[in-house]
Amino acid sequence: MPTLPTLAAGCILASLVLYALTGGADFGGGVWGLLNHGPRAEARKRLIDHAIGPVWETNHIWVIVAVVVLFTAFPKVFAVLSTALFVPLTLILAGIILRGSAFAFQTHRLHEEDGTDWWGGVFAGASLVTPLLLGVVLGAVSTGAIRGKELSSIAGGPGAWLSPFPLSVGGMTLASFAYLAAVYLILETDDPELKEDFRRRALGALVLVSLLSAAIPFLSPGGAPEFHRALTGSWWSVPLMGANALAALGSAVSLAYRAYPLARACAASQVTLLLAGWGMAQHPYLVRPGLPISSSAASPEMLRLLLIILAAGGVLLFPAIYLLFRVFKKKALFGR
Amino acid sequence: MTELVLARAQMAMLFAFHILFAVAGIGMPVLMVIAEGAHLRTGKPVYAELARRWGRGTAVLFAVGAVSGTVLSFELGLLWPRFMEFAGGVIGLPFALEGFAFFTEAIFLGIYVYGWEKVSPRLHLAAGCLVALGGILSGVFVVSANAWMNSPAGFTLMAGRPANVSPLAAMANPAWKTETIHMTLAAFAASGFAVAGIHAFRLLREPRNGFHRVALGIALSVGGVAAVLQPISGDLSARFVARNQPVKLAAMEGQFPTQRGAPLRIGGLPDAAEETTRYALEIPRGLSLLAFHDADAEVVGLSAFPRDERPNPVPVHLAFQVMVACGIALAAVGAAGAILGWKRRERLFSRPFLCAVVACGPLGLLAVEAGWVVTELGRQPWVIHKVMRTSDAVTPVGGLALPFAFFTLIYLALGVFAARLLRKELGASPFFPAGEGDSPTAPGEV
Repeated sequence: MPTLPTLAAGCILASLVLYALTGGADFGGGVWGLLNHGPRAEARKRLIDHAIGPVWETNHIWVIVAVVVLFTAFPKVFAVLSTALFVPLTLILAGIILRGSAFAFQTHRLHEEDGTDWWGGVFAGASLVTPLLLGVVLGAVSTGAIRGKELSSIAGGPGAWLSPFPLSVGGMTLASFAYLAAVYLILETDDPELKEDFRRRALGALVLVSLLSAAIPFLSPGGAPEFHRALTGSWWSVPLMGANALAALGSAVSLAYRAYPLARACAASQVTLLLAGWGMAQHPYLVRPGLPISSSAASPEMLRLLLIILAAGGVLLFPAIYLLFRVFKKKALFGR
Repeated sequence: MTELVLARAQMAMLFAFHILFAVAGIGMPVLMVIAEGAHLRTGKPVYAELARRWGRGTAVLFAVGAVSGTVLSFELGLLWPRFMEFAGGVIGLPFALEGFAFFTEAIFLGIYVYGWEKVSPRLHLAAGCLVALGGILSGVFVVSANAWMNSPAGFTLMAGRPANVSPLAAMANPAWKTETIHMTLAAFAASGFAVAGIHAFRLLREPRNGFHRVALGIALSVGGVAAVLQPISGDLSARFVARNQPVKLAAMEGQFPTQRGAPLRIGGLPDAAEETTRYALEIPRGLSLLAFHDADAEVVGLSAFPRDERPNPVPVHLAFQVMVACGIALAAVGAAGAILGWKRRERLFSRPFLCAVVACGPLGLLAVEAGWVVTELGRQPWVIHKVMRTSDAVTPVGGLALPFAFFTLIYLALGVFAARLLRKELGASPFFPAGEGDSPTAPGEV
């Protein structure tokens, strides 16, 4: 039986996975909106907006869950990360607020007033920068560079996030989100030409994701040494990487043969495995090397109540989310 | 010192912006659900059109509220890491519950706004009710966390850290009831009157448009009932503050000496250096009567507290005056509306009353902003009352002027565009003939 702090940390990881699979794809949709040129550009734009609209708010909330569980279960870690990663987190917030507001304004066609798609540009730009920085933050947590006993010494320390390893994790996050979005969008339309458009984009993004996931193990020995040792030297290292390679291969083959529901399952598995691998390599730490999961947690009473609330909330929540997706993603998810 | 001021200024700005959208997220869903319920009951298309438009308005305001709320949840740590390090493990629970309430609101708002043609009318109305419920509950949970900062509970202090933590006791802190009731009523009064003000404004231009008449009726009922109830909740809150945070009450009232039969001051300017409040209209023994329901009760004044434990009475007293004045205006107009409309609905649409409603449109939101100035500045110099000073909570990260300027620019742009969007939405005014027997005229057909 895992300990209470481990369960709480697992909940954070699970919310991050759900955020990546849902909200991440919404970011990816914004990326494809930015790289939208050539024929059928208008139809692709409409498809992206249509796919995101009803689920947008719900998808966003997973990141709030992750933050709330972090500061409730691991207040010390929240304080340390907020201090050490002040700059990228502030920029992420700017991206989130600009993107969310732009989406609302855009959906209600404010831009038609003066004929320019100003908010569309803001939305796309923020969709590019925010996932990059989300990945950078995740990478920075693994570097081992966030250390120090007092918040004041952490604040004065070097920026843990501006180095090749976190930046490559950022690039990887961006590419994965774009990849997920492209694969999802294939299933959101009946138009064969649009399907092909997003199939090509999915294959391109898959190549990028594969290249980056091959490159990161070369950066991590220098950039995140302890993380690297855990990632490559544990009993689960080989099975995890094998599973990941299999999922990538499955994606490539099913995209090649246009078996799109399988491709989507493989793509979602890839992203899940990447994050699970990150989480397992972080274990038993939240932030290497100073903040282990076990000793940086809140009181057991708090953890117990928090986990009960999360479990009870999940029982109420998941049927509601199922209903939402059942209503609006019927064809894409349940095949009519 | 300046970094502390910058952090506080940034937090205040982010908060002042977010609260407007949060209030809309609590009040607007109730309005749209009432309109839809009326449509299902009467079958009149005017109510369906109204529910659709209010639903769309809710969606835009909720979207901005959701992201500005996300910003705040991170900024708690970015600007006040030491506060969160202390408080997260004690008062995190309502935040987690708020997450679920918020989830409910988001999921069912998606179904509501995009699902008109996709789900049955009954499920659609149920979705709307869940949006409203989620909105109310998220407000209650977040305000409970704020109440804990005013009346910390559920832990003992050991070597500067919380020990023996009881998260439920922290959540059920002494202030939670009075504060959440006051804020929930405020949200209904503010959004009800803001919406009523908008439709009253249109009615001044097109007095025969049944669409705006129906809208005004619903919005004014919700806003009016809340505004009339608010003084009762205000009395509970003030008496709570008088008992639990006497220094805050003294600042609110500009009361410097400790005295029996203290007067109630209307207006006036506190002078902290001279320890007196000038230019106020004083009602003898009024404060003792209001704060303790006893005209001879002793009210502890600011002078009884060490100078470094006093809030600045100038903004607190002035904001309190603004809040109370706005609240009285709304309650008066709400009560007048009930009397006027009781016998004959038509009298609600007389020009003088419509002008009064238009004038009250912004007052509820102003009262909400002023009320938060009172409770936040009135708690200073503490971030957690008598446990942690705000100056001890601030981040050691320097150069806070930069993020402050950055977010101010972003929020200014967002505010301008949100206002433009609102104006555009107001320009489109569907016409329905006036009168109770609305014949089904298609919107836009004039």
